[in-house]
Parts: sequence; C-alpha cells; structure tokens
Amino acid sequence: MNRYYLNYLEELESEAIFVLREVAAQFQHPVILFSGGKDSIVVTHLAKKAFFPAKIPFELMHIDTGHNFPETLQFRDQLVKELDAQLIVGSVQNSIEKGRVREEKGKNASRNVLQTTTLLDTIEEHKIDCAIGGGRRDEEKARAKERFFSHRDDFGQWDPKNQRPELWNLFNGKHFEGEHFRVFPISNWTEMDIWNYIKQENIAIPSLYFAHNREVIWRNNSWIPNSEFIQLDENEAIETKKIRFRTLGDITITGGIESTADTLDLIVAEVSSMRQTERGNRADDKRSETSMEDRKRDGYF
Amino acid sequence: MINEKTTKEKQLLNNQLLRFSTAGSVDDGKSTLIGRLLYDSKSIFEDQLSSIEKTSQRRGFDGIDLALFTDGLKDEREQGITIDVAYRYFTTPKRKFIIADTPGHIQYTRNMVTGASTANASIVLIDARNGVVEQTKRHSYIASLLQIPHIIVCINKMDLVDYSEQRFNEIIEEYERIASKMMIKDVQFIPISALKGDNVVNRSENMPWFQGAPLLHTLETMHISSDINKIDARFPVQTVIRPQVGEFRDYRGYAGRLESGILRIGDEVCILPAGFTSKISSIDTFDGQINTAFAPMSIAISLEDEIDISRGDMIVRTNNRPRSEQEFEAMICWLNNSSAQARTKYTIRHTTNEQKVMIKEMVYKMDINSIERNMEDKDINMNDICRVIIRSTKPLMIDDYRENRYTGSFILIDESTNETVAAGMIL
Repeated sequence: MNRYYLNYLEELESEAIFVLREVAAQFQHPVILFSGGKDSIVVTHLAKKAFFPAKIPFELMHIDTGHNFPETLQFRDQLVKELDAQLIVGSVQNSIEKGRVREEKGKNASRNVLQTTTLLDTIEEHKIDCAIGGGRRDEEKARAKERFFSHRDDFGQWDPKNQRPELWNLFNGKHFEGEHFRVFPISNWTEMDIWNYIKQENIAIPSLYFAHNREVIWRNNSWIPNSEFIQLDENEAIETKKIRFRTLGDITITGGIESTADTLDLIVAEVSSMRQTERGNRADDKRSETSMEDRKRDGYF
Repeated sequence: MINEKTTKEKQLLNNQLLRFSTAGSVDDGKSTLIGRLLYDSKSIFEDQLSSIEKTSQRRGFDGIDLALFTDGLKDEREQGITIDVAYRYFTTPKRKFIIADTPGHIQYTRNMVTGASTANASIVLIDARNGVVEQTKRHSYIASLLQIPHIIVCINKMDLVDYSEQRFNEIIEEYERIASKMMIKDVQFIPISALKGDNVVNRSENMPWFQGAPLLHTLETMHISSDINKIDARFPVQTVIRPQVGEFRDYRGYAGRLESGILRIGDEVCILPAGFTSKISSIDTFDGQINTAFAPMSIAISLEDEIDISRGDMIVRTNNRPRSEQEFEAMICWLNNSSAQARTKYTIRHTTNEQKVMIKEMVYKMDINSIERNMEDKDINMNDICRVIIRSTKPLMIDDYRENRYTGSFILIDESTNETVAAGMIL
C-alpha cells in the first residue's frame, strides 16, 4: 500500500472503533442500545470489528415499546444469536402494567415518550453504567451538541448547558455510583455515510429498509404502516403502496416513503438525491421545535 | 458506462475528511457564512429550508436568514448566540467536512479551545469595516495555541466596503503584524461576503482583482495528509484483546489507535514505561492482517515475546522514543467554574494513561486579547490560559504538543467532581 492517509469512511470507522474500545476500558457494565435500526446495527458491526477476534464485550439492550415491526424482532434475535451475545429487553408494556407510566390517549398517542422511563428503569435494574447509542449529530439540532461521552446524572438527565468539554481524543467517562454515560461512537457520521458504509461492508439490515408493498395510511405527511395498533380516522383509508423506511422505530409513528429502491445500490443513489431529512418522517420529532432537546434532557436516547 | 460509474464512486470513497473550526459572534456573520456554505453546497434539506423560511418570515426577515441554519439549543435561540460547540456536516464531490461551530466571546474561550482541538483548519472571520480587533487576536491565538495546521482568514462584509482591494490589503498587513507574534504555520486570506455569496462557494464577480480561490475550493484542495505526524510511531494501548476460546485461544492483541507514525510487521519496538523490547509479529484488523499501519488507524498489535502489557502502556520504536518526565511545562486552558487550587491533586489523562498530578507552579497567564503575559495574577479561573509546571507521581511518556498533537496533549480531571477541568499542551 502506498497511500498513507485514510479516506473519510476509514477515518470515521477508526474513530468509532477507538471510542468503543474506550468504553470497554472505562466502564464496568456497558451495553449497546439496540433498536433494530440501521444506526444501531452499524454500531454493533463496529463493535465486532473493534474486538475481533474476541466476542463483543457488550450486551445488547432493546427498549421494546410493544409496537414493533415483526421483521425488526426477527432480525434482532438472529443477530444476537450470531454474535453469541446476551440480550436485555426493557418492556414499555411492563412499565405500563406496573403503573410506572400512563399510556397516551387519542389518535396521535404514541409510546415514544414512555420509552424514557423504561430505559432508565432498565439501566438502573441492571446496574448499567454506559449505554452505547447510534445517535448522530447530523440528525437533529439538539443532537448536534451531543458529546461522544455524554454524562447522565443519577436521574438519567442530560444537562446540555453543563457538558464536559471533550478535547482531542481524551474521553472522560468517570462517574459516581448511580450515574451513567451515553456514548455515541458514530456521532460524526451522516445518513449518507451510514448507507455508504453498509454497502461497503455488506452489512445485513432488516428488509423494511428496502422497497416493498405494504398497507399504509397517509398521516402527518407520511405513509404510516397499517398495524393492529393503529386507529383509523373517518377520513383515512388504507392503501397499498410500494414504500421503504428511512428510519425504524415504533411502528405507530414511523413513516415510510414511496420508493422503488430495493437494492443497496439503489438506496444509496436514492439517499444521495434525497431532499428531505430522514427524521422528517418521524412524528415524534414534530411535536414542537425543541421536542428532541426536551426528551433528551429527560433521559431519552 | 458501468465502469465509469464505479471509478467515480471509488474516487468519492477515497475522499478525505477535513475538520475545521469557526469562531465568532452573530455580528461577524459566522452563522451566515456556515449557512452559505451549507446552502450553496446543497447540503440543506427541503424540510429544513421550509422551516427556516417560515421562521425568517415570522421574524420579518427579507428572504432567508441563513444564520438560522446554525440555530441550536433553546437558550441559544432565545439569546441569539452560540454557547456550546455545535458540529455540522457537509460533503462535496471532493471532501467530507466537519465544522466545529464555536462561540467567539471571551467568556466561551473554553468552547473555542474544545472546537479547535481536532481541527485541520480554522476560519478566522474579520469584519472588513472594523479590521483586526481584539476578537481576531483571540481567535488567532487559540488557533496557534492548539496548533491548527491551516488558518484561513476570511475578510467578510466586503460588500460594505465597496469590494475595495485597498481595504483588503490594509487588513492583511494589520493581521500579519499580530500573527508574527504567534506560531502560525500556514495562513491564507480570502475577501468574501457571506451574505451576498462572494468567494464563498462561487468566485466573486465583484472582486476581479482577487486572484486566489474561493473559500470552499480552498477547503477542498488544501493538503492535509501531512497534518498528522507520520515520523514518530506512538501506539498507546487502549485494551488487550484475549478471546481465550476456539482457534484464537492463544491470541493476545494490544488494541489501540496508532496516534502518529507508521508501524510495520518486524519492527523492533519498545514497551513503555517498562522498557522491554520485542518485535511486532502481526498487525490485525477485522478485515485481515496488514503489513503496514499508519496513523490514525485503529489496529491490534501482537508481539513476538510474551510481555505483561496493559492499558496506559505505549508501544514505540526502539530508536524513536518520547521523553519520560515527571515534571514538565505546559500551557493549560482552565475549563471549569471552580478555580484551580494550589497543591490540589488532579488526575491527568494523557493518551490512555492516568496518573495523579498537581500544578506545581503557575508561571504566567496569557492575556489573549493583547497577547501579553501577565506575571502578577496567579489565580487560575475559568477560560484562563496559563503556562504552568506540572508534577506527576510517576513519569509520563510525552512529546511536545508542537510535534505531536496526541502525545503532547492531556486533560486534568477533578477527583471530587469527576469533571474535566483543564486541557493542556506540553511545551
């Protein structure tokens, strides 16, 4: 080899691997927050690379809203098996039954906000001191301020005004009992980087990302998948469309886009010509101008 | 046809990543400049644009207020200022860019230092009407302190001085006078109007006298491969990989990132601080073994001999070692609300190594508005930049920050709060 510099994807990969190794070295009980979405899949893939040939030194943790795409659960279980990893599931349904949270009512009800309580309860129950997430700074303006190593107090709260300065590659994960960290190894990646990387590495992702025919409802400017959890308005109708998802979350609020991109090549081409942000189809972000910041302060992902 | 496309894609994938920082307040047009870069390079999405159009109209702005693209947290929006570093991303067919967008006011010096710490380039903005002001000196000093390899001085608001070449040259002269007092390696000047778009992405028709390239072209083509030290091999060990099962039962890999230099299989290496020597037997990655590793690759190294090595140790070439010191001088930037206490013990994080240290002596404080030394004031408060003498309980393997950004830098952690209280550059 006579090239002595890394290209941007190699540099991002090297940075993420460095961060993941810091996590393994600095924390007692770190987990990967695994949603089944492409970002947490990429983080898991990077963890595989960081500790090869050993197994990944992290458990996977899934915060299950109970409103899942069946494909996501299948994918999750398959991957856990492949990695020979442990899976921790925090169930929002259990939190509701235990009276920890109350289900929202009405047509736009979602379990999105409720996840925070379940997440924090699960972190506490399992004495987790670091939750690795697939958050990216390009996703949202509150996330643009997020550190790689992001401190959470013993109530799980984020204090954006009082974050630890992060210089060079010196990450300070020191914390007191009961506090924890959220770590974001792919902070500097964009949606385009993720897709280019998935393609380059040939990483398996759930079929939901590829164009397919599905029953959907036009709601809040996007195609919401029909499911047992959806209540229809009188003006709404179920249609069948060829769609794919740009992000995956709770099935009740994840909107798809009309697309014919059914291969990675076509998806990469489509994403690079896309003129809308990927979170544009997420109803959870549309509640107010600062909904992400507010949720993050409370301990959201 | 297909071949053409793959070559183009390949070329895209070989693009480099350039990190640059900006500093400034709202008045300098910093947000407008970033907005302009994002907008003209088509990195703004329609939904972002339409939400910004709405806000611009609501606030009675004529057209789109480009500055709104850099809107951040609630408090920042309310006060109309940048407080914390925000990171922004854009890509052109030539490079991927990460912008560390930092505040410019003196009370946020620590945030500027943070944003500058990983930057390849820094954009210093000067208002053409005002010329070199206190803030210009401050931003340039921070860029020189953090040894940002390239500085681009953008003389902004040229539209307000009739695109005058003479004004541009006057400011260059003023700037060179202050820059001569600092350690600045590479500086370029570009006359721009962020608001009107002159010389940001597109060449200005209003300044035909300017022979240089517009800002984006400059960022796209500047040589950055040499920004990383490729001479002194430094490999701080992060963690040890030991699968202990299956075909890799006996594998023992020292995992870390090569922070500088180049290492090859067969190289004679020395493990610090113990001083044992051995040879590199393999360099492993998930994608297979490699013969040569260079900074900043994340790799795992195996050695020919079984040696007790753990996190905090450093693998270097036998004939090129860092200094081993228990007492050294450094410039520090104090980052915390609570001031430095004399004789207090702090934890130092230097590469992956941690030790107890104390600040033995405060030599002087830098007044970063005047670039003068203050020998009288011995307190170290938030945002202060001081020259100090640090004493550690055990020797640290250090290089000068000027030679090596990663083995020459450190942070101090307050054990009573766990907070990062200072950033240091070794002299």
